[in-house]
Amino acid sequence: MNAKTKQKTLSAIDVHDLTVAYREKPVLWDVDFQAPQGKLLAIVGPNGAGKSTLIKTILGLIKPAAGQVLVMGKEYKPQSRLIGYVPQRGTVDWDFPTNVLDVVMMGGYGQLGWFKRPGKEEKRLAFQCLEKVGMADFVNRQISQLSGGQQQRVFIARAFMQDAPIYLMDEPFAGVDATTEKSIIELLRELKQNNKTVICVHHDLQTLKEYFDWVMLLNIRRIALGSVTTVLTPENLRGAYGGRAAFLAGKDEEDVKK
Amino acid sequence: MISPQVEIMILASLTAVACALPGVFLVLRRVALMSDAISHAILLGIVLAFFVTKNLSSPLLIVGATITGLLTVTLTELIIKTRKLKKDAAIGIVFPLLFSIGVILINQFANTVHIDADCVLFGEIAFTPFNRLIVGGVDIGPQSMWIMAGILALNIIFISLFYKELKIATFDVGLAASLGLFPAVIHYGLMTLVSITAVGAFESVGSILVVALMIVPPSSAYLLTNRLSHMLFISAGLGVISAIGGYFTAQIFDANIAGSMATVSGVIFFIILIFAPENGLLAKFIVKKWTRWDFGASTLSVHLLQAEWSHAEATELITGHMEDHMSWSKQYTSEVIAQSIQEGLIKKQGDKLMLTSYGREKAKNSISKG
Amino acid sequence: MNFSFIHQIFSDYTLQVVLLGSLTIGISAGSLGAFAVLRKQSLLGDAISHATLPGVCLAFIITQSKAPLILLIGAGIAGWIGTLLVMLITHHSRIKKDAALGIILSVFFGFGLMLLTMIQRLPSASKAGLDKFLFGNAATLLKEDLHTMMILSAIVFVVLFLLWKEFKIIVFDKDFAQSIGYRINWLDIILTTLIVVTIVIGLQTVGVVLMSAMLVAPAAAARQWTDKLSIMVLLSATFGALSGMAGALTSSLIPNLPTGPTIVVFVSLIVMFSLFLAPNRGILSDYVRMQKHRKNIRLTSMLKNLMLFSEINTDPFHPHDIAALDAIGRGAINKTMMELSKKGMAQQFADRRWALTPEGLRMAKRLTREFEDKIYDQSTS
Repeated sequence: MNAKTKQKTLSAIDVHDLTVAYREKPVLWDVDFQAPQGKLLAIVGPNGAGKSTLIKTILGLIKPAAGQVLVMGKEYKPQSRLIGYVPQRGTVDWDFPTNVLDVVMMGGYGQLGWFKRPGKEEKRLAFQCLEKVGMADFVNRQISQLSGGQQQRVFIARAFMQDAPIYLMDEPFAGVDATTEKSIIELLRELKQNNKTVICVHHDLQTLKEYFDWVMLLNIRRIALGSVTTVLTPENLRGAYGGRAAFLAGKDEEDVKK
Repeated sequence: MISPQVEIMILASLTAVACALPGVFLVLRRVALMSDAISHAILLGIVLAFFVTKNLSSPLLIVGATITGLLTVTLTELIIKTRKLKKDAAIGIVFPLLFSIGVILINQFANTVHIDADCVLFGEIAFTPFNRLIVGGVDIGPQSMWIMAGILALNIIFISLFYKELKIATFDVGLAASLGLFPAVIHYGLMTLVSITAVGAFESVGSILVVALMIVPPSSAYLLTNRLSHMLFISAGLGVISAIGGYFTAQIFDANIAGSMATVSGVIFFIILIFAPENGLLAKFIVKKWTRWDFGASTLSVHLLQAEWSHAEATELITGHMEDHMSWSKQYTSEVIAQSIQEGLIKKQGDKLMLTSYGREKAKNSISKG
Repeated sequence: MNFSFIHQIFSDYTLQVVLLGSLTIGISAGSLGAFAVLRKQSLLGDAISHATLPGVCLAFIITQSKAPLILLIGAGIAGWIGTLLVMLITHHSRIKKDAALGIILSVFFGFGLMLLTMIQRLPSASKAGLDKFLFGNAATLLKEDLHTMMILSAIVFVVLFLLWKEFKIIVFDKDFAQSIGYRINWLDIILTTLIVVTIVIGLQTVGVVLMSAMLVAPAAAARQWTDKLSIMVLLSATFGALSGMAGALTSSLIPNLPTGPTIVVFVSLIVMFSLFLAPNRGILSDYVRMQKHRKNIRLTSMLKNLMLFSEINTDPFHPHDIAALDAIGRGAINKTMMELSKKGMAQQFADRRWALTPEGLRMAKRLTREFEDKIYDQSTS
């Protein structure tokens, strides 16, 4: 293990032999996963492959049955402010009585500590984050009045507010329109240029090559990990998706064959 | 001539079975608390119908109360549909209001209504033998016993006639709709049944025991069986045991009968919750303890398989490093290794761990199974 | 105005206690209720409040005392155990939440009734009075009760104030809260405890049976008026206080009027009023919005139809027979045309014929363009 952590470049996230089980039913089997720093990384796999579980385990939301998670070479404690998290949109009640600015400010709660309230400085930061995602006009908008794409951008702004070197995003493109998808990927590229590591759970094999430079194919166990071009082979796709690979990958697979 | 004690026990048993049958579907359909809402709200219907009929034993009372029960269901669903409130809040607002109006009316017109506000909650089963049904000059038993028997018969007829429909509508609403079974009709049919049963049971056992008898025995039965038909019979049986057990408990402690029945049904539930053979807490705990090693053993063999595939350095496989790799405690690691060796999954060569061919097959299997 | 009535309120010692007591309950139940409702725990409140009854009885049986603090501690412990059992049952068995709540509610309450009747048959002199816990009785509140209630609610408020942002985030987004290092289990326990304590505060006045409504209804009403958590909590507390005082006062002044049900009727009136009339969220406001929307669709489709008709002719302002317009319109033809002419987009000619105005044509073209843009957007996404 020491040999691994002492590599010349430190992995942003380093997962060893991770096994996660719900009620003794394994959801992830012995997964090894290294996320190099400063890359846009996609976790791809069929439904029920354990993608969200992997992200939640890295964040410490789920306790693994076996294995180890290192963030920037250290055991991860949620307080350490290394990871910004964008959960799936559907996990919260968007009818909650609060507005956009308030949600974004929650990104700063981790730094605030117990009992303290967010003040002017936090407000200013939150406004900046909203500007970055193009939602500055929606500061006082009630969150139930947002479209899917706008909700997603608010969540991303909240993660920006965390100002972390690593971002974990659970399906940031799910249910957003084409324009928003484009603008979100622009934001992710900007993060990359600032040497941040971005890890997304992703569904769409078509856009994989265009959006990401590093990919992990996951189906309960790790199928493949590496740069997009080397990983997307027909064999790997079959390993992850079984017989459905050809259907799902469509043109991509033919491209790979050439 | 049956003694009053036996009459009370018969009445209580009839009530318990009549409640348990629709209760099974309430529990399975995850609307158990509608029994709480309905059994409270019907009070208003009873009081209002009494103002019209001036007669506490008029069948119009049952009609009026049943309508209030259905009104509660409809009103709640209407509020949910407007999306102003979530389901739980909608239920939590509608029935307290109807119930409150009922209680206020009883208190204000106590002299004319002859219902004691406290008895609304726990009924007057002890007094039921006084109200006799006399046909052609012959005393054929307490009136409420016959009403309850009628309601029980109604429940049995409804459930046997629509058994198939109820079953499908309970387990797969979409399928029921696609088969043209009108799940909404079945839903309201069931709610009508719950209302009628609650009204019948109300006078003798009060609103809270209606809730207890509709939810607790079916929940206990749900821990004991996976089959709907068995669940119906077991719930009925447990209901009768709670009723009779409750009666004797009340005798011993000189306490309220309905409250004692609810208590006994609860005690039975908790005993089953702990000791049920498959779904009980104890059984689950033992299985969990057991599968922990089992699961550890398969985790270990999968790990060794992955290591073989990736040609990892030999250090991966050394016993002493195992607990670092898996982040397991030293004790658990050695327990798992012992278990795996015993099962023939792995063997030790020096201080290295190796998969046996049997272990390799099993590991491959567990991976592909997921 | 009847001045002797007001005079009575301020001079009558009992009434003062009653009013202050119901004020305390209204405020604490209202504010904590907001969290219960947002966490979709309205029915947990019902289960907890029913579950407190055996605690009250056992506390009395064990201590033979009717000191409010002792009875309320008993109630709190029982309510807590009830909550824990609900969690135990739902987490570790196949029983679903609704059934688990029903089981705890009915079994605990049944047990409480059993104990209550046993107590009433005890020969001791101090037996009476516990049954006020069923439906509540504001008139029997003593200064001692009031002090206990006020101290408890003060504690609740201090904790709520200190952990405001923590509670807000665990209710809104638990996963995120945990990911930034919040101890969500502890916060969960603290918030649930506050809800238990709030229920306990109201028991003597509102009663076991209806206390949950006191928790749910003010919050449900408040939610309709605002989209801000802090304002929702303040409003909810206000509604709780108003209905609490109104109910307690009414029930103290009119004989044979139980307090709990009276308060519930008052608070339900506020809920109904809010559901229908709250701006933005109310049903009436929904209706107005829908009518506006319908009118909008009616007008725009008529404008487009007029343009379509005019394209047949070379003259875009050529008038058309109203019957022809009606045939392809969306109903209410006369009303629609009048509304359009009022906006200066259409004008009437002889023989019930109508035509676009230049302004109307401009608008129709703009609407068509916007519509096509939308279609294009959707087909490319």
